Amino acid sequence: MIFPEYDWLPLAFVSLMGLAFLIYAILDGYDLGVGVLLPRDNQAQRDSMIYSIGPFWDANETWLVMAIGLLLIAFPSAHSYILQGLYLPTAIMLAGLILRGVAFDFRTKAPSRFKQKWDLAFKLGSLLATLTQGYMLGRYVTGFEDTQAALAFAVLSAICVTAGYCFIGSAWLVMKTEGELQVRAARWARYSNVLMALGIVAVSISNLLLSDIIMDKWLGFPQVFVLLPTGLLLAFLFLLNHMYLKRVPLENDLGCWVPFASASIIFVLCFCGLAYNFFPYIVWQKITIWDAASSRESLWFIFVGAAVVLPVILAYTAFTYRVFRGKTRKLNY
Amino acid sequence: MLELATDPGVSSLMLSRIQFAANISFHILFPTINIALCWMLLFFKVRYATTGDDNWLRVYRFWVRIFALTFALGVVTGVTMSFQFGTNWPGFMETVGNIAGPLLGYEVLTAFFLEATFLPIMLFGIERVSDRMHTIATALVTLGTSTSAFWILSLDSWMQTPTGFEMRDGVAYVTDWWEVIFNPSLPYRLTHMLLASGLTAAFFVAGISAYRVYKGDPKHSAKLALKFAIITAAILAPLQILVGDFHGLNTLKYQPAKVAAMEGIWHTEKGAPLLLFAIPDAETQSNKYEIAIPNLASIILTHEVDGELQGISDFPDAAPPVAPIFFSFRIMVGTGVLMLLTAGFGCWYFVRKNQYPPWLLKATIAMTFSGWVATLAGWYVTEIGRQPFLVSGVLRTADAATQLPSGNIALSLAMYLSIYLLLLIAYISTLFVMAHRAIRLEANNLHVSDMQTDPANIQGGISEKSFNLEKQA
Ligand code: HDD
Ligand code: HEM
Ligand code: HEM
Repeated sequence: MIFPEYDWLPLAFVSLMGLAFLIYAILDGYDLGVGVLLPRDNQAQRDSMIYSIGPFWDANETWLVMAIGLLLIAFPSAHSYILQGLYLPTAIMLAGLILRGVAFDFRTKAPSRFKQKWDLAFKLGSLLATLTQGYMLGRYVTGFEDTQAALAFAVLSAICVTAGYCFIGSAWLVMKTEGELQVRAARWARYSNVLMALGIVAVSISNLLLSDIIMDKWLGFPQVFVLLPTGLLLAFLFLLNHMYLKRVPLENDLGCWVPFASASIIFVLCFCGLAYNFFPYIVWQKITIWDAASSRESLWFIFVGAAVVLPVILAYTAFTYRVFRGKTRKLNY
Repeated sequence: MLELATDPGVSSLMLSRIQFAANISFHILFPTINIALCWMLLFFKVRYATTGDDNWLRVYRFWVRIFALTFALGVVTGVTMSFQFGTNWPGFMETVGNIAGPLLGYEVLTAFFLEATFLPIMLFGIERVSDRMHTIATALVTLGTSTSAFWILSLDSWMQTPTGFEMRDGVAYVTDWWEVIFNPSLPYRLTHMLLASGLTAAFFVAGISAYRVYKGDPKHSAKLALKFAIITAAILAPLQILVGDFHGLNTLKYQPAKVAAMEGIWHTEKGAPLLLFAIPDAETQSNKYEIAIPNLASIILTHEVDGELQGISDFPDAAPPVAPIFFSFRIMVGTGVLMLLTAGFGCWYFVRKNQYPPWLLKATIAMTFSGWVATLAGWYVTEIGRQPFLVSGVLRTADAATQLPSGNIALSLAMYLSIYLLLLIAYISTLFVMAHRAIRLEANNLHVSDMQTDPANIQGGISEKSFNLEKQA
């Protein structure tokens, strides 16, 4: 135990919650990204793109409910603090998620003259959701400060997260589609890869500049020895993607999963960096994990349930991905 | 209330209440259809498997598409709900978070993932998994929606009739989880709500099927669905009235002020009359224009001709507003009686005599959304009846509201309301578009398997353009 005088349950819950947010960012990240990328000029490609995420988006979004739920269960006072701090962006994000989620069904069921409109709603809804999520992340990281610099950071973060989601979304398409669309997706992936890389660099630097504590956490000795290999790994993944995407499709579609896998690794690394920055706070410099934790009885009650149910959830999630494996086909009822 | 609204704190409170009520009212429209519709789909599927009658498959295929649409609306509005507690009711989580948190958590763990993961297999997996697996997936989604109802109703019932906890420093701590989950009003509320869902779905299916028959759909499958729904309604409606009566007795025991408001009793009296109609007046603490049946309320609630019922004036400072509860209760019960009548006549004509008199078809179409009316009215009775408390006797609504500036809440509220209005219009009109498509389907003499294709194809004549695009895809 790192902090023997502290209870381990809040730590377990913050890890669980972090894991849920991370899984959410990867999974809903790709389907939001696909939504943002929907082309205005090609109905058939739009259809295939939406078919490719059709069986998954609902469960993906459930990870958000799970993450927010864990925040609420384990850290109720932080939950209220954070959500009140992010009141309007949350409302706008929800509006985006609503538009997108329903457009999915309406586009094929409403009169077909509305189909284009619903596709547009799909795209705009996804874009609203990605921008606001990035903005909220930025606000959260800066502890809801209202300075100019903090707001600028939040805007930067909004763009960066959107680029990241576009990257993982187009990487998903490279994996799940073929033909013209795959080539087009590879091109989107190349652009967003660059944008995301620039974003990560910008966010890291401004984050270091914004706070001395973080500066020390990363550049102090011996922590800097963790930073270095992480940076190298990120650079390697960036180059790998860049080279690979230029050549898509390879013979027999060799390695079509590579961009998606490396996108996931990049997300994991960025997330770990963020978590390392934050620990042990749940609201930056205001509330620690232990301050905010709910009663032990309640945490224990839900921990037992989670320990039993989570593996089952992971198992049947894997099952669904298996059922819908391979290149996207049309979705039939 | 209006003069209070000028105080910033109070108007944030009012706006938060309106926003919460609007969001949950919009959310419940879709679950209430889906919880039972899912059971019905399972039934259609199993009937097809056991009888081999193609018509059951047709019924399944038509309704599963509507189910998918309704489910999507349920999910997105539900995700909105899960943020409401933090954004608008911080005091709620800080006081009773130890109880509300785990109950909501178990809902996510045991229900939401189950339904969200198996739904795609149920919807799109029919060609990818075995028929058995498909039926299992359908059953699991059904299990998920009902489990979800169980947990959320457990929480709501706990807020009505809290047990199994103790207060320390203004925060609720659990002493016995069993008592928290299976609190005294849960059995009644769960049964009443599941039956409400059954009735809502039954009239929904009956109404849209009647619309198809009325518009000249010659297919047997439309009539089959109509008959099935009417029989279901005829079984559930009397059951619901019975369960509602028991529910009322339970409420009388734990929340007498709510019952006083439902019955419009201002002052404690013996042999209270049943008011069929009245206009409650909070100023004078009396009713105007009463139409009453003497002693009946006492008979129903206490089983004695001159049993004593407590009046509102017995609960100073802890009484809910009377008029909205009084009227909502009558709307719910009135709709329940209309449902009983429609289902009764429907059984006689559609099922016994295999006749489809236009007046009855029209009446059934008019009842399509009657379940929504009764369900919302019922929830209003329950929730407004708990006022001024958020958790009966433990936490007052006013103490739980957000301190956010009211401008922000007004903005978000306006946004939600306009989206909801748009979605409601789109949803209802799409239902009828889908019904029309289904009618046209037979006219073009398509076989069952063609129903799988994208609706744009089925539309045929209407949109050649999207038809061609679809083909290329
Ligand atoms: C009695 C039923 C009932 C009630 C009172 C509520 N819900 Fe609900 N909810 C369901 C019944 C349901 C359901 C049947 O399980 C849903 C609707 C869509 C669907 O068909 O599943 C659902 C979906 C749903 C989802 C999306 C789940 C997913 O991703 O699949 C969330 C996050 C919530 N709800 C949250 C809430 C909250 C926070 C509520 C109260 C404050 C609430 N619901 C009231
Ligand atoms: C599903 C159907 C439901 C409907 C239609 C409904 C409706 C309402 C309405 C109309 C109010 C406002 C009452 C008032 O302010 O006078 C309200 C309040 C509230 N209800 Fe519900 N409710 C439902 C379910 C639930 C559930 C399941 C929960 C909790 C788990 C819940 C928790 C609350 C809370 C926290 C408030 C806020 C306090 C308030 O405004 O008074 N409700 N609800
Ligand atoms: C006709 C006779 C009926 C009676 C006597 C009756 C009785 C009641 C009572 C007493 C309550 C409030 C319980 C409380 O808050 O403690 C209630 C709530 C409710 N009713 Fe009814 N009801 C009837 C019909 C219906 C019908 C036809 C529906 C819907 C189809 C319905 C749906 C609801 C719902 C959703 C609630 C709120 C949830 C709950 O508390 O159970 N009711 N009903």
